[in-house]
Amino acid sequence: MASPQMVMYEEEFAQVQAVTNRLVQDANARVVFVIDKNGQLISASGDTRDIDTTSLASLTAGTIAATGGIAQLLREQEFATQYHEGVRQNVHIQVVSGRVILVVIFDNRTSLGLVRLRVKRATEHLTRIFEMVMAKAQDPFRNSPFSEITDDDIDNLFND
Amino acid sequence: MSFINYLSREINCKIVYYGPGLCGKTTNLQHIYNRTNPDAKGKMISLATETERTLFFDFLPLEIGEIRGFKTRFHLYTVPGQVFYDASRKLILKGVDGVVFVADSQMLRAEANSESMDNLRTNLAEQGYNLDTIPYVIQYNKRDMPNISPVEELRQMLNTGNVPEYGAVATTGEGVFETLKSIAKLVLTELKRGAAR
Repeated sequence: MASPQMVMYEEEFAQVQAVTNRLVQDANARVVFVIDKNGQLISASGDTRDIDTTSLASLTAGTIAATGGIAQLLREQEFATQYHEGVRQNVHIQVVSGRVILVVIFDNRTSLGLVRLRVKRATEHLTRIFEMVMAKAQDPFRNSPFSEITDDDIDNLFND
Repeated sequence: MSFINYLSREINCKIVYYGPGLCGKTTNLQHIYNRTNPDAKGKMISLATETERTLFFDFLPLEIGEIRGFKTRFHLYTVPGQVFYDASRKLILKGVDGVVFVADSQMLRAEANSESMDNLRTNLAEQGYNLDTIPYVIQYNKRDMPNISPVEELRQMLNTGNVPEYGAVATTGEGVFETLKSIAKLVLTELKRGAAR
């Protein structure tokens, strides 16, 4: 397998959620997301009611992948930060430890400067958490839910 | 690369539909989207040009049920088939758990099929995957068209690894769900095998 499977246990999930909850408050942001670079949503904080979070995760990973491709062509390291300015809302995107993406959606109740400052602190916390997540994923003695799944379980999923 | 979340009890896997331009990758996803219960699917996203050719990717999240209390979700992606979008194709293969190769059965597209399959093998290898070991199925699409190659001929040319294969007419949906079920099952079986190692 090209890259290890990401497994999120409750303990780390709670830590990630605490970081994103705090970032919503500290940056006065509307929504904060943490997304795996492959497009899977890990956590969301703030007012997510009107947002299609699954699509947002996939598209954000797509833009990061595309700009990563541009960086490679220019023999540049990854463009770790992106900012999209809209009429009413803005999006700040930050790659964290080369592994996950921190997305902050904010409006005119706050400023880009404040968002950047708070994202920097949140990035440091998230880096530490995801180092632990990846270390656990590589631990061969840790149980995967798949170790208990039988062939019948898989077959049953596809019975019409 | 699958993603397992213990708190929300979810397993997410990524499947990529690959193949030459205009072979019917997007049509496969559209059929799945149209025929799936609204509760089990998210929005389908198509990043396409004005002439409806895929520019970057199509994306369809799909929930297929629960295994041992874990919601099992598949994220289906297509790649842009046109030759010059190779950089985009490489990006979409990142973190893939399973591949569906959609071949165009028309005789005139024989070369395009072979080129696309070589391209798939090369691009997978660049990401550290091997087409001979990754969960992988082939679909021979457009079986309703005139001037199509017999399945035996397509098999000889494209299915040297003897992977599961399906004839299909994606515009009517024939063979579409059979293909999807087959790759989904292979992906889950591989994850189970990985856990047992």
